[in-house]
Amino acid sequence: MSGDAMVDVRGVHKSFGALHVLRGVDLRVGAGEVAVILGPSGSGKSTLLRGINHLEKLDRGYVRIDGELIGYRRTGGKLRELKERDVLRQRAHIGFVFQNFHIFPHLTALENVVEAPLSTLRRPRREAVAQGRALLARVGLADKADQYPRQLSGGQQQRVAIARALALEPKVLLFDEPTSALDPELVGEVLDVIRGLARTGTTMIVVTHEIGFAREIADTVVFMDEGLIVEQGPPPAVLDSPAHERTRAFLSKVL
Amino acid sequence: MTAADTAVAPADDEDLSTLPIVPARHYWRWLAGFVVLVLVGQFAHGLVTNPGWDWPVFFDYLLADSVLAAVWVTLQLTLYGTVLGFALGVVLALMRLSDSVILQSVAWTYVWAFRSIPLIVQLLFWFNLAYLYQELGFGIPFGPVFWHVETMNLIGAMTAAVIGLALHQAAYAAEIVRGGVLAVDPGQREAAAALGIPRVRQLRRIVLPQAMRGILPNAANEIISLFKGTSIVSVMAIGELFYQVQVIYGRNGRVVPLLMVATVWYIVLTTVLSVAQYYVERYFARGAERNPPPTPAQRLRALVRDFRAATGAADRARGGPTRGGPAPPRKDAPVEGGAR
Repeated sequence: MSGDAMVDVRGVHKSFGALHVLRGVDLRVGAGEVAVILGPSGSGKSTLLRGINHLEKLDRGYVRIDGELIGYRRTGGKLRELKERDVLRQRAHIGFVFQNFHIFPHLTALENVVEAPLSTLRRPRREAVAQGRALLARVGLADKADQYPRQLSGGQQQRVAIARALALEPKVLLFDEPTSALDPELVGEVLDVIRGLARTGTTMIVVTHEIGFAREIADTVVFMDEGLIVEQGPPPAVLDSPAHERTRAFLSKVL
Repeated sequence: MTAADTAVAPADDEDLSTLPIVPARHYWRWLAGFVVLVLVGQFAHGLVTNPGWDWPVFFDYLLADSVLAAVWVTLQLTLYGTVLGFALGVVLALMRLSDSVILQSVAWTYVWAFRSIPLIVQLLFWFNLAYLYQELGFGIPFGPVFWHVETMNLIGAMTAAVIGLALHQAAYAAEIVRGGVLAVDPGQREAAAALGIPRVRQLRRIVLPQAMRGILPNAANEIISLFKGTSIVSVMAIGELFYQVQVIYGRNGRVVPLLMVATVWYIVLTTVLSVAQYYVERYFARGAERNPPPTPAQRLRALVRDFRAATGAADRARGGPTRGGPAPPRKDAPVEGGAR
């Protein structure tokens, strides 16, 4: 990956009060690549992911997606924060899947999926509904379109959330521990959907604790600890012969 | 399980499944029910026989034109107070929840002030506004005035009452709306933001509909209490229900039956509001339960259907096949809605 990375994170710092969560993170993900971020809890994985679509403001450093600065614009020697409206417009190109789904409980599965295309992209309703049904079929929920989230299992809710993120046809998909809130027997169905997306060449950054899954889908495995990327590389390199002691210690605990 | 257990079992193996089941009898419960019924009966008897209630006078006035007109005034006060109060309340709640310290402080101060002033005092202030400001004008603040009007002409007693009720109501509505919005999982707002949904739409489509579940029971309380609270504007000589009733019994001296006229109207209209509340809450509860419970109307219909099915089954059992009726159900087919 050279200069034309789809996601380009440079020198990102973030503190919550006295807590320095990100301490200068650099990450590049090429178009069509899948990066999986591993690391102990509190290592800054989720904060990094939330910084990429500007759900967290950054203290220093910047994020570019497909060459576009996210959350800021450059004027002369300064980075100026964008208005909320412009940030919202940028987020339409960045899909985000939450650990706890955050699906809208008062809307049916289909209404959840078509909401953003209707209001963010201003698509005609008929078109949005046709696309929404196709997406629900793609995640295996064609027959659940008119069900409310509480009538669905956790795995089904998370699949609706993935369909909802895909509806904006994002350039990048970010997954924040997408299976951590699921019963073990429901994890597989969600991983299947993500695996399918990886195969079709969707650019993705996935934070997960599923090491086996990381090995299978990742082009790059990134190991984070204490707000820094400790090492990154192809799965066999990082997972089988890690260069750093901290990576080894983490892997020995989770494997 | 030991061998001994299984050896004893055959002695207990008598088949009990054919014996009839006798429900437990609750003698004290029956006695308590009887005592309460006697007390209720006594009260009802008093309502009918005590000449003090003066039912003929009550019925003379219940639907009298002057009373109906007064009911209409009460309803108007309630409607305007609710609509304006909640409109302002939503704005105040959003100010309170905004990131601007100035908007937060102004909203907080408003709520503090209007919750501190008794409604009746505030109403009298509005009624006497013309004493403070003889003219109301529209222009540049601290600068020239383009248009003005005599306060007396603009703000009559009715307008003063509506303003007072609405401003008072807004302070309470603001807190109710704010409570509802706070109860919505912040993740919902975040998910909407991650999807790039515009801010106003986030609020209208995602946050407020979910907040409504928490807002509605409290809002209904407020509306009902405002509805009855309109009786307070009788101090401003506005012809609402309570004032009108007072005028009538001031004339004819029949205090009790006329108070009953007002009471019955307040009860009837509160009942209407409560029923409306049930259905509005049901609408906003969609998606909240896996299987929404049936409405009372649906329950009644199901009851009638079951009853018909039960009596129909009984008829068939007694008389065998009836003329031109549906074919009797097969032995092995389950009887629909029949006796359980």
